[in-house]
Amino acid sequence: MSAADGGVSPANAAPAVAAGRLLPPLLILLCLGVASVMVAVAVGSVPIPLPELWAVFTGEGSALHRTLVLELRAPRALAAFAVGGLLAVAGALMQVLLRNPLADPYVLGLSGGAAVGALAAMLLGLGAAIVSGAAFAGALLSTVLVFGLAHGTGSWTPTRLLLTGVVVAAGWGAVITFMLAVGPTERLPGMLYWLMGDLTYARTPWIAMTTVAVACLLAMPLGRSLNVLARGPMQAAALGVPVRALEWSIYIGASLITAVAVTTAGSIGFVGLVVPHMLRLVLGNDQRLILPAAALAGGILVTLADTLARTMIAPEQLPVGVITALLGVPTFLYLLYRSR
Amino acid sequence: MSSVLAADKLVIDIPGRPDGVPLDLAVEPGQVWGVLGPNGAGKTTLLHTLAGLRQPRSGRVTLDGRPLRSYRRKHVARSVGVVFQERQDGFPATVLETVLIGRHPYLAAWDMETAEDVAIARAALARMELDGLDERLVSTLSGGERQRVAIATALAQDPDVWLADEPTNHLDLRHQVAVMDLLRAQAVADRGIFLCLHDINLAARWCDHLLLLYPDGTACWGPAERMLVPEALERLYGQPLARATVDGAQVFVPAGAGTIQPARPESHTRRPS
Repeated sequence: MSAADGGVSPANAAPAVAAGRLLPPLLILLCLGVASVMVAVAVGSVPIPLPELWAVFTGEGSALHRTLVLELRAPRALAAFAVGGLLAVAGALMQVLLRNPLADPYVLGLSGGAAVGALAAMLLGLGAAIVSGAAFAGALLSTVLVFGLAHGTGSWTPTRLLLTGVVVAAGWGAVITFMLAVGPTERLPGMLYWLMGDLTYARTPWIAMTTVAVACLLAMPLGRSLNVLARGPMQAAALGVPVRALEWSIYIGASLITAVAVTTAGSIGFVGLVVPHMLRLVLGNDQRLILPAAALAGGILVTLADTLARTMIAPEQLPVGVITALLGVPTFLYLLYRSR
Repeated sequence: MSSVLAADKLVIDIPGRPDGVPLDLAVEPGQVWGVLGPNGAGKTTLLHTLAGLRQPRSGRVTLDGRPLRSYRRKHVARSVGVVFQERQDGFPATVLETVLIGRHPYLAAWDMETAEDVAIARAALARMELDGLDERLVSTLSGGERQRVAIATALAQDPDVWLADEPTNHLDLRHQVAVMDLLRAQAVADRGIFLCLHDINLAARWCDHLLLLYPDGTACWGPAERMLVPEALERLYGQPLARATVDGAQVFVPAGAGTIQPARPESHTRRPS
């Protein structure tokens, strides 16, 4: 049997059959995503019925509703959506990079570095913008540190990277505990909320939205290479994947998008681990489907979680990380329980 | 036009081992090469080096006369296919998805697999008697079925040169014969075949060229009939052998099987010190 003897050149071959398989789940998730943002915008201390919401979006509606929707709820909902998408995509990428389904965006100590930066800025009583900047710097510092240490003598393996990341994360954990222990009492709630993930101060969703869109656009053409990489680096190299370059790109890309997410909303746990997993259980393991689906599903999860976080015990707010875990744990366990 | 993969004064890099004999051989279209050697002789390392996945200590590997490293990996992947002995199945994947990755070298970044790719993959599965298992998860298959999935993947890759590490691992007798027949058929279709084998008798029956790889790095190679000398094979494995001719084929069996060997013969001690 010779595969090349088919007599059909790729140029005039039948249209891609796989595309038809990818679109329906993505369209469903897209609709759910739009719905989740609408819910987030409509629900709150002042509920806004759908017709009123429509009026606001078409440039009418009352001044109160316009302020509520356009200045408060919509930016926060979009930020939540983008952050969830970023974390889920970063988690999916890290799982392929480390060939370890237990990896999440924070497994390499990135959130720890960000938290140390953010908490240090809070301890010094600096403003929100500087807290964000310090978090971003801390995340990048941790990325460089872990990569440099794991790469040290040149023998780079996923296990080594993972172990380095876990140990560096433990180190950051100790520093965080130390800062909480010595921090003045009045600053503690803010610090704890940041650690649990908090979207209260997320006012500019555009950086995160742009990042998630760019990440998906870049990850799509890499998707099939990632599928091959998931079978191990040797097999991938034998099938023509430039393994080292691809692994570096994933690492840098996933770190950057996690840093953007953490900077926007603190370290929201669980999304990056659980969303890709849930999707794999339902949709299989084609990264071309999993990556955009993770962006949408992660967005939906965090948007709904944040809506619950600010309404459950209103006017008080809960850290959104609590809700993502409370929603994610049972859903995930259920899917795992009934999986093949 | 089929490709020729060749070793040019090649010394594989096994830490702590002397250079031994540099390899100078070419896997020509139509040839079936078998590599024989005891555990740890470097069969797998040699196979990976020929595939360009490992750096040699010295010498080089060439594809159609040009150094393998001067080609893009994707180009190499269209000419050289590798069947690995060990595989990672970290993430769940179906049989069809797994075989379809063999088409990766032929697809550009934005391409999706076409109906033609799927047809090629299904034909490969049918050839390995795996039809009907398309949607099964690879992790639920038996060892022998997974081995056949790996060979079907290489079949879908459709390389000019096959590098297969123990392609008959885990296979029952009938499927061992089926796989060796398949590889022979590939050779008849003008492809070059290079196999690491444990089983002398498979090598004796299906290979036309043999490479004997000794643990100290020395090696000898050539047409199979010149290599299938009991003395050379006994020295290779450190095991006395008896030869018989059955059904027109040479068969080697361990001599004195069932009796306890009092002492290891002299030739066993040819190991790196």
